Amino acid sequence: MAADLPTNLQYTAEHEWVDASSPVTVGITAVAADALGDIVFVELPTVGADVTAGAVIGEIESTKSVSELFSPVSGTVVEVNEAVVDDPSLVNTDPYGAGWLLRVDVTSAGPLLSAEEYGALNP
Amino acid sequence: MTDLRSPLHDEHVALGAALTSFAGWQMPLRYTSDLAEHTAVRTAAGLFDLSHMGEIEVTGPDAGAFLDRALVGNLTGLRVLGARYTMIVQPDGGVIDDLVVYRTGADAYLVVANASNHDVVLAELRQRAADAAAVVPDVEVSDRSAATALVAVQGPHALAVVEALGGLAVDPDGPADVTPATLRYYSCLPMRFEGRPVLVARTGYTGEDGFEFFVAADGAPALWRALLAAGTEHGVVPAGLSARDSLRLEAGMPLYGNELDRTTTPHDAGLGRVVRLDKVGADGAPVPFVGRDALAARAHATPARVLVGLQGLGRRAARHGYDVVASTAPDAPVVGSVTSGAPSPTLGHPVAMAYVTPEVSAEGTELAVDVRGRREPVRVVPLPFYRRPR
Repeated sequence: MAADLPTNLQYTAEHEWVDASSPVTVGITAVAADALGDIVFVELPTVGADVTAGAVIGEIESTKSVSELFSPVSGTVVEVNEAVVDDPSLVNTDPYGAGWLLRVDVTSAGPLLSAEEYGALNP
Repeated sequence: MTDLRSPLHDEHVALGAALTSFAGWQMPLRYTSDLAEHTAVRTAAGLFDLSHMGEIEVTGPDAGAFLDRALVGNLTGLRVLGARYTMIVQPDGGVIDDLVVYRTGADAYLVVANASNHDVVLAELRQRAADAAAVVPDVEVSDRSAATALVAVQGPHALAVVEALGGLAVDPDGPADVTPATLRYYSCLPMRFEGRPVLVARTGYTGEDGFEFFVAADGAPALWRALLAAGTEHGVVPAGLSARDSLRLEAGMPLYGNELDRTTTPHDAGLGRVVRLDKVGADGAPVPFVGRDALAARAHATPARVLVGLQGLGRRAARHGYDVVASTAPDAPVVGSVTSGAPSPTLGHPVAMAYVTPEVSAEGTELAVDVRGRREPVRVVPLPFYRRPR
């Protein structure tokens, strides 16, 4: 699992990833998507919302369970992935690509982990 | 404590299953996808390992009379090779477990308990046998769980899978005129698989047609592989506990620990029909089964709560333990509690079962569920949510 972690991303202990672009793109990891099972519902913040690193900004629901989405950064939401809202299975099939969740104009980042650090927590 | 392993553990690992700890067992949660496994059972067939279930044999000339005293159902009235859904309750009527009992012979019954309750059901049956020894002395309670594997094929193609299974043959001591195709729902048939005894039952927990195979633990891997191989052309896939739970929920079937527990009577769960207050012994007198007095009183009382089905009108699903409230208004009072809930893969909307007060239990009543602080609208609908086409 850890071997598949993109090294160009940073991670949170709560299984979000964030890339290095500006604005940043945020998603959840394959570790989280696999643990949830088939994702059937994604709730995301609205565009323009201010988010705070570490705060709950949405939820991700599978047939089996539900998980909260934590913001890895503080800032303003500039875009949400409507394709994922329409077809939540994209999070399972392509968590680091088409299954991205939102883009945030960042004012400050929360505590983030490297791929190596996140991989060590999720062997 | 280390989890027990199914006799099919190595098969699951080889198939790449995600394993989960369930009732003290390491069991497959899913092999590939919960949704794909759920859908396969609704449209083709799924293969389940249920070896965690508890099998308890009750044998002897007084076995039936004993079970009539120990359980709420009428087991002397069960025909040989019939099966019955029943329960074991406390003296106050609270459910200790729900059970399926197979009558495997004139003086032999197989009691199948939930994995989580196997130990307590076994202990309770032994205690009740000791308590009733003066009246029904010729009975033996034997734990067969460790030696028995249970494999289920469920889905509209289940019969085709079983008929394609090489190595399955009639038992020379069994009925000559029954085959899997003619085996009736809630009946069982002793057969042979590769020469060894297997009990084939037309029972299940998915809302579909299907068969369950009780087989010696060391013979389970060969049967499992043969069913998978025979089922390939019929669309069979191995299916895990996650699909099993969503399937039984759509079918409106109770799960012990959710809809049933020791504070719940069979009547509370809408299952008062399993309580046979009318059963009589050989002397023609009513059988004084454990829980009888409490359940006789409960049968005619106004219930404090009623188990209902809820259809979610939004997209967020209610889950076990969430409050049912009278409306989406922020100050609406609590009127019940969700016992099970999930997004229904077959129906495409959230479904839940819940205990609610009788005043709000009528079909069509609009209520709400507090889903993590937000009140989502729901409507009371009849159970089951899903009924298979026939």
